[in-house]
Amino acid sequence: MKGLMIALTLFFLLNPTSYAAFEVKKFENPQHEQRYKQLVDELRCLVCQNQNLADSNSELAQDLRKQVYKMINAGQSDEEIMEFMVTRYGDFVLYRPPFKTTTFILWLGPFIIFIIGFVVLIRFIRLRKKVVITELSNDEKEKLKQLLDEDKGKDK
Amino acid sequence: MSFNRALLPLIAFIVLVIFLGIGLTKDPRKLPSPFIGKAAPVFNLPLLHQLENTFTPKSMLGKVWILNVWASWCVSCRAEHHVLNSLVRNNQVNLIGLNYKDEVADARRWLARYGDPYQLSVSDLEGLVGIEWGVYGVPETFVMDKKGIVRLKHTGPVNNEDITNKIIPLIKQLEAES
Repeated sequence: MKGLMIALTLFFLLNPTSYAAFEVKKFENPQHEQRYKQLVDELRCLVCQNQNLADSNSELAQDLRKQVYKMINAGQSDEEIMEFMVTRYGDFVLYRPPFKTTTFILWLGPFIIFIIGFVVLIRFIRLRKKVVITELSNDEKEKLKQLLDEDKGKDK
Repeated sequence: MSFNRALLPLIAFIVLVIFLGIGLTKDPRKLPSPFIGKAAPVFNLPLLHQLENTFTPKSMLGKVWILNVWASWCVSCRAEHHVLNSLVRNNQVNLIGLNYKDEVADARRWLARYGDPYQLSVSDLEGLVGIEWGVYGVPETFVMDKKGIVRLKHTGPVNNEDITNKIIPLIKQLEAES
């Protein structure tokens, strides 16, 4: 039983089809491979919109991976490949969209909300500290003394 | 003052609900096409029914035309197909089909079975022209003006409402342009 479990575990661990890489690609040099990995990691698959090209097994993702591979081998730069994708599919293919007028809320939004939250917090804390201690007026002092004396009288 | 402050969370909540509500009405699959206002990508592909001859968008210069991307394996293309059939039956339009990543025999059989609304279809076996046109969800429909500029892109199946409200008015407007 134990032997079977170990065998099964080894099978699933070593079986290459269980890895995320879908096809085997040969690269001329490690730099190309590194660039390929980085590009398919940064490009979004348009069919399954929450996956990048590296993770998606859709037909389109396969074709686009092929396209990236072809362009790297043709000696094109990362910028040229990104440009190729953006002119065809729009900024949406980029997992890191460029900073533009249409995307500034996307980039700055979290910081703006953080600053607003921080300001509100500071104001809240300041307001809470402002418990004003004022001197008692003579009338009040008199009254306080009376009350305290009454109390003392009861105790005895 | 204290009354206003008590209302603040409620106001924030309402604003959030409004934004989420707007988000619900939007279809995340409908992306703005970077092609609108740009020249239609060029290609030269064999005709589906005459593989020895080719078609290129250049031959459509001077005409308003529609490019519909379809495939026999695409289920929503079948839903769209009767809409296209009635579009060409009732209107004078130039409809070209781009048969995307399909087997020639399958595609021909499909057209024979469901009717062929296209003036001609071209065969994009490898899907390379599809990449040039930024196709990501078949069916897709593009409308080009007389200068060969892309003026409209519709992702997903077109229905009769899209035809009467969007495509026909646009074609009429483009026909009127010189």
